[in-house]
Amino acid sequence: MTPLWDTYLRPKTLAEALQAMLTAPKPLAPLAGGTDLLLDLQQGRHPPVRTLLDVTSVAEMTRLERRGDQLYIGAAVPVARLTRDPLVVAHARALTEACALIAGPQVRNVATLGGNVAHALPAADGTIALLALGAEAEVASLEGSRWVPLRELFLGPGRSALHPERELLVGFSLPLLEGNDASCFRRVMRPQGVALPILNCAVWLVRRGDEVDDIRIAIGPADAVPFRATQAEECLRGQPLTDTTVQQATQALLEQARFRTSPRRASADYRRHLVIFLFHDTLRIAWERATSPPS
Amino acid sequence: MTKQITLTVNGNVYTLEAVPGEMLAMLLRERLRLTGTKIGCGEAECGACTVIVDGEPVLSCIYPAERADGKTLLTIEGLSAPSASLDTLHPLQQAFLLYGAVQCGFCIPGQIMTAYALLQHNPDPTRDQIRAALKDTLCRCGGYPSIENAILAAAEALRTGRPVQPPALPASSRAGQVVGRFHLRPDGVEKVTGHAKYTDDLVFEGMLHAKVKRAMVPHAFLRRLDISRAKALPGVAAVLTAEDLPGEKTHGLVTYDWPILVGVGERIRYVGDAIAIVAAETPEIAAQACDRIEAEFDLQPVITDPVQARRPDAPQLHPNGNLLKHIKVRKGDVDQGFAEADVILEHVFHTQMTDHAFLEPECSIAVPLPNGRMEIYCGTQIPYQDRLQAARALGWPEERVRIVGQLMGGGFGGKEDIAGQIHAALLAHATGRPVKLLFDRRESLLVHPKRHPTQIRVKMGAKRDGRLVACETELYGDTGAYASLGEKVMTRATTHSAGPYEIPHVRSDCYAMYTNNPPAGAFRGFGVTQAAFAIESAMDMMAERLGIDPIEFRRINALRVGSVTNTGQVLRESVGLLECIDRVIQAMCQVSGLPRRELFKPRPVPEAPHLVRAWGFAAAYKNTGLGGGAPDKASADVELYEDGMLQVRSSSAEMGQGLVTVMRLIVAEELAVPPERVSVLVMDTDLAPNGGPTTASRQTFVTGNASRYAARALREAITATLAEKYDVWPEHLRFENGMVYVNDHALGLGEVAREMKAMGKLPRVRYEYEAPKTHPLGAGGDMHFAFSFAAQAAEVEVNTRTGEVRVLRVIAANDVGAVINPLGLQGQVEGGIMMGLGNALTEEFIVENGQVITDRLARYRVPGILLTPEIISIVVEHPVEAGPHGAKGIGEVSSIPTTPAIANAIYNAVGVRVDRLPIDQEEIVRRLKERAALSEQTLES
Repeated sequence: MTPLWDTYLRPKTLAEALQAMLTAPKPLAPLAGGTDLLLDLQQGRHPPVRTLLDVTSVAEMTRLERRGDQLYIGAAVPVARLTRDPLVVAHARALTEACALIAGPQVRNVATLGGNVAHALPAADGTIALLALGAEAEVASLEGSRWVPLRELFLGPGRSALHPERELLVGFSLPLLEGNDASCFRRVMRPQGVALPILNCAVWLVRRGDEVDDIRIAIGPADAVPFRATQAEECLRGQPLTDTTVQQATQALLEQARFRTSPRRASADYRRHLVIFLFHDTLRIAWERATSPPS
Repeated sequence: MTKQITLTVNGNVYTLEAVPGEMLAMLLRERLRLTGTKIGCGEAECGACTVIVDGEPVLSCIYPAERADGKTLLTIEGLSAPSASLDTLHPLQQAFLLYGAVQCGFCIPGQIMTAYALLQHNPDPTRDQIRAALKDTLCRCGGYPSIENAILAAAEALRTGRPVQPPALPASSRAGQVVGRFHLRPDGVEKVTGHAKYTDDLVFEGMLHAKVKRAMVPHAFLRRLDISRAKALPGVAAVLTAEDLPGEKTHGLVTYDWPILVGVGERIRYVGDAIAIVAAETPEIAAQACDRIEAEFDLQPVITDPVQARRPDAPQLHPNGNLLKHIKVRKGDVDQGFAEADVILEHVFHTQMTDHAFLEPECSIAVPLPNGRMEIYCGTQIPYQDRLQAARALGWPEERVRIVGQLMGGGFGGKEDIAGQIHAALLAHATGRPVKLLFDRRESLLVHPKRHPTQIRVKMGAKRDGRLVACETELYGDTGAYASLGEKVMTRATTHSAGPYEIPHVRSDCYAMYTNNPPAGAFRGFGVTQAAFAIESAMDMMAERLGIDPIEFRRINALRVGSVTNTGQVLRESVGLLECIDRVIQAMCQVSGLPRRELFKPRPVPEAPHLVRAWGFAAAYKNTGLGGGAPDKASADVELYEDGMLQVRSSSAEMGQGLVTVMRLIVAEELAVPPERVSVLVMDTDLAPNGGPTTASRQTFVTGNASRYAARALREAITATLAEKYDVWPEHLRFENGMVYVNDHALGLGEVAREMKAMGKLPRVRYEYEAPKTHPLGAGGDMHFAFSFAAQAAEVEVNTRTGEVRVLRVIAANDVGAVINPLGLQGQVEGGIMMGLGNALTEEFIVENGQVITDRLARYRVPGILLTPEIISIVVEHPVEAGPHGAKGIGEVSSIPTTPAIANAIYNAVGVRVDRLPIDQEEIVRRLKERAALSEQTLES
């Protein structure tokens, strides 16, 4: 058993961090909260590294602020802060709710949204919320920085499109609410067996009277990557929210989603059954929230 | 150039060299010796390692130490001055003590630090906010209600500046001056300050670190073993294999069938079998050396369950085959009974394997002494057994080994067998240096014996009027690779498998079978947990068939004074079952506002009709003491010192359950001194006599009695001495408030000690107590000298859409004979219910084809505070003549009825009969959907 790392770096700026990625001994892994990565390293699920690049002190990655009509959330902001920050509560309720369900309070004080997304699991709570909220991600390398839609970061279960030794996930940008839009996040746990959440769902929508003006629905795990129920969204966009349209959307969702059986967690059948209630509940709450403009 | 880190801990600034790979918990524990921060899992699951970094609680076991550079930390040691007494502790620490939130104490630093951070942000938290903050800070003693109440009381004290208000806890109806009244634990202050020492907190000069090379295959012959590369690694002090064993080759509690090390050509029976042991300068080197050991196996077919193990063609795992024991209970003529029955019901139930998941993983430190003896520091439920087994393995007489028992972070039956004691001793012997063998959570989960998974078939016959006439049970118990206490556990499962009822005709057969699963042994409830799930479920099923209220059905058949049990024992006293049942009914009606006939009907929540609530009920009984003809003894010493202090000593185990409080109170009562004047020493085979195993809910009874009679004998010796010296009648001496009054002259006890010594008398008494004689199963007569009884009702809420189950309330009535220690009793009741709830809803130790799936705490889910129901505890006191002040056991019976009460409540709510544990929400949904589909079909046709 060799040490989990030889070199531990704590850069203060993005430039320093990117420079360190070039020069530090490889293999290297960026470390945010570390609650997944360190355990993966300890338990042999992640190949050994020589350098851990602790990004939790990088100024650009720990900002949480309004930027024009966008809300910027640094990738290294602890999720505990996202559960109580007034800007996030007002504009990204689904994210607040998701973050409040990630692990326990002690873990949330170090865990970050960047880590949640970079881990690329198809049902990570924070990821599913961001997906519904229409987040874009800022990715930086020595060549420069670019903004990409969140879903482009995922290649498969646990496989991120980020290059672990050259690219850093810097932050996320979400559109601020405009008045008639709202969001909600819900999930179902199964305490037996291996004790993991078995299904989660986030909905963002814009309401115009009795009509759904726009909507995004994210569900995990419903595919190899975090899943957007785009066909269900189509069924509802521009439509009144009625039993019939919800029924059609549900049907579309069930047809598009690819639920799998996870041994000792949940069968595909159980997930197909649960998603109906979970989707309806989440949709209804988001809809009700959208009735009154945000204070 | 070495990198430096600077951090402020509890107000002190430290500049230290950065060590690659070091986590904050290790820095605090190993380099700063702040061992109040505990490591329970090392995988960010249990919360025991919680410390505060820059104002926020974090898990230090998974927090790189280098990240703490420049930060300000607070640990448990920083909350109060090192020499603080109860009055000068932080209000949180005081409140945890006063509310009985402290039991084994291992989780307490994490609980207090998490609560401290909460109160910093939120001085007036609600119960829900407390629960949210403590969500992932586990307490396996299960004292969540007490923890919650303690935090509320501390918050109030901090807000108002007033002292922490103690809880209102009723005294025993039979309370004495001291016994039966509210008193604090003798080991409490050190547990809330972080100064309490558990085995892993100790260091010895020149200490080596051990690791065990485990087979990790479930069934095989060891073909080849090469340790040369391990031995060659610098820093390795010794690598031992079976060839190096100096003494006996096996260990075990009843049957010596468990190889200390499996040798080449020998059989491996489960993944945890040890094939080599290593001692090295650091744990890392020891682990690296283990990785360098090469082993080859001839794999064999794996026996995965006890039914398969009994098939004639199954491979035979032990010289006597796969059958450890066929256990039989016979009463009356069961065929005649079924012929007389109006209704017969038969059903098969399955219970799962579960793990104790005590938060302190096993640790042993063996220290060789210059005089040729060996000391072994460890947490153990049976110190004298450890001594015997370690001595056998070393080939030594027993007296050459000393077990120095340390504070234990929980046991629950899981620290009765040998864990690392022998391996550490062998390595210490081989190297001549102290050796520490600490299990990490994974090794703990892989290696120690579990609760027996059991298949139980119940066949029950009753008359229309509700009288049970026959009960037949057949059990298959999976005792895993080695016997451990399997025979005893399954005997208890069998004798209790017809429930706490008087039934004229009973036949029970149990097959305790060896398999290639991890061994199964003692676990709180000792087989009765499994049996109770089956029989109490069947009782509800039968009541429904008969159209009788399930409680009335139990009342008709309940054991009472004069009843004959299924083993032929006539119950002559102390059968409080009917009172337990009746008190629970009363409480159920009272808290729910429902009339009795409505209790078990489903009640949809009006605003959310897919949520359906109902109550469920179960009864239980559990023997106190070993029984079955085993001599059940405990010895205690009581000594008076010249400073007026008393000490009571016995090598019984304190694992959090509160025995030390019981011993202290009993001795204080006998000698009429304030309890603070009595210190307690347990678990040291040189300093304290044998208290026997801490198992079978026996210690309050046997060591309680030994302490009492020793104290009484000391009092008599004092009386005789003073009567002689002062020439007065012994009756004229009066013991009161720490003094002895001779006529009008008052003597302090210190003075008495000096006078006794001056007269050549030792102010010290040893008493060996032997519990009333019992008889073996099958011999008739008293198989046990006492039984505890209990009834519980659980109110559940089932989500008919998702199948999710919440337990809202549990009402528990326990007949404990008499209460000695009310605060300790409260902890046993809360913890018992939480463990029963985990057994019902969350816990499953999963083994597939002999390989352990749940090898991390992340996968083995013990219930946290969010799952804690409202708990209403009712104490019933039907004293046992021979018990200390009338007391009998509580540790197990408090846990046994919870699982079936929950299962019965689920049936009452949604009509789904659960016959397999843990209760699976997906299965509930599947059954509800099947039923809905069926009723649709019926409507269509």
